[in-house]
Amino acid sequence: MLSLLQIAFLVAAFLTIVSAIMVVTTPSMVHAALWLILALAGAAVFFIILNAGFLAVVQIAVYIDAIAIMIIIVVMLTEGATRQQIRQVSKTWWAAAIAAILLFVGLIAIFLQTPSLIAEAPALVMSQDAILEDLGTALVDVNRYIIPFEIASVLLLAALIGSIMVAWPLVKGDKKEEVEA
Amino acid sequence: MIDILKDPINWIGDLLSTWLVGLGLLPAFVTFLLQLLSAVILATTLLLLTFILIWAERKIVARIQDRLGPNRVGPFGVFQTVADLLKLVTKELITPEGVDRLPYNIAPLLTVAAVVGLWGVMPLAPTLLGADINVGVLYIISIGAIGTLGILLAGMSSNNKYALLGAFRTVAVMISYAVPMVLALLIPVLLSGSMGMQAIVVGQRGAPYFLLAPVAGIIFFVSSLAEVGRAPFDLLEADSEIVAGYNIEYSGLKFGMFFVAEFLHAFTISALTATLFLGGWSGPWVDLYPILGTLYFLIKTSIVYFVVIWIRGSFPRIRIDQMNALNWKFITPVALAGLIFTAVAEKVAVELELQRVIVHLGSSVLLIVLIIVVLGIYARITRRQAKAPAIAG
Repeated sequence: MLSLLQIAFLVAAFLTIVSAIMVVTTPSMVHAALWLILALAGAAVFFIILNAGFLAVVQIAVYIDAIAIMIIIVVMLTEGATRQQIRQVSKTWWAAAIAAILLFVGLIAIFLQTPSLIAEAPALVMSQDAILEDLGTALVDVNRYIIPFEIASVLLLAALIGSIMVAWPLVKGDKKEEVEA
Repeated sequence: MIDILKDPINWIGDLLSTWLVGLGLLPAFVTFLLQLLSAVILATTLLLLTFILIWAERKIVARIQDRLGPNRVGPFGVFQTVADLLKLVTKELITPEGVDRLPYNIAPLLTVAAVVGLWGVMPLAPTLLGADINVGVLYIISIGAIGTLGILLAGMSSNNKYALLGAFRTVAVMISYAVPMVLALLIPVLLSGSMGMQAIVVGQRGAPYFLLAPVAGIIFFVSSLAEVGRAPFDLLEADSEIVAGYNIEYSGLKFGMFFVAEFLHAFTISALTATLFLGGWSGPWVDLYPILGTLYFLIKTSIVYFVVIWIRGSFPRIRIDQMNALNWKFITPVALAGLIFTAVAEKVAVELELQRVIVHLGSSVLLIVLIIVVLGIYARITRRQAKAPAIAG
């Protein structure tokens, strides 16, 4: 008899795999974006099953509420992209499927030989609240992850400034160059 | 055995649980079944509550406009919403030609689901909570933005220029106003030390956070109004401008879903403001009788909802460029400044061991004075520029 957690995992895994297949095979770009949202939500469910609730909500907030909406906006703004319907599966899909299945079987055979991968998950050493607090402290601790944290912030700042520069309204002098070029 | 008067809902839950386990089901499965049942009951109660919400809105806005509102269908017009809903249910579900069927049909479901999902983490009483997750505030942000996704899909899939225009404006406004909303949400998290909703309400036993950080409360309230699309920010579906915006091409019950979602979302953000800034279920005797907590929660939420309706009936609509300017030039910097002031005040209060409420009140007064001074300087600069027009035209 499967435990409830295992049933939840199997359902989420099935949904994620089906959505991922639909992302790459559906002819319409908008539908592909919607299936991608479902696949990302499945990934969020996996985070919850692994006792990482914070990462699950961050996954939803970042991937679905920011990246997926941005993908849909880009599709919306591209000329004629919403009407586009191109067949995404080529004629020799059976060869690719055989190769993929062989690779999958080979990888599983190798993974099953690694003892640490098929052992039970170790119990959490701290409570969930303590882990969350530790994550926050680790990001600003001088001996741990503050440098990657600051570099990521600088990267985001560069992206923000770059997008503002691109969207800045043209000054009178620029307009003449734009027309002549 | 919990006394039935003190905590009726948990008492019923325990009764059902013992009965079901006695029948032979596994305890884990019984827990799952009871949680499913409570989710269904909560969602149904909310959707049925919308009848009262819509009726209250129509009556109050009518009184503000010096007229009576619905008063024919039932005493004081209480059944008017029922009549409207029956009309919507019996209407034909017309799907226009050329719409993209998948997003078109999913959009109303996503919008309603996003709103009802927010109530999963709302603490209704000290012992009554859907899911006591320790990242409740972040959950609210992420699930709330799924509503944005629903409206975007609705506008995009309808084969209609006005719907597309509505969707574009929606995305611009909702994503922009999510920024100060998140910043203002961080302040109760700072003050209580946890992102869990129950912990934030428990942290307000001493003083509601509206006293400690009124600027944050007002910013959260205003940006939530913009998120929902209520007047004065209702150009998302301005009847006189873009003919109902993203929900033009929806008829019958699909439009009914958008309708219900909007009113329920307005009630939900009133509930959120009441929980995060006014104290949620806290009040006198709530430790002895936990069910009183729900009463206090409903009273506070109704007061905030009344203010929402009041604002709707009083202000004219704001233009899209005014909305964007208001957000990025005023509300977001004020929210950032409020966050910095609150963090500094919290540290000062802890290090110097002063009375916490006084320090935070002082920092809020300082913030308001700073805002007024900066606005005065900005007004003076603008007035000087208007008098002497720029040389390089």
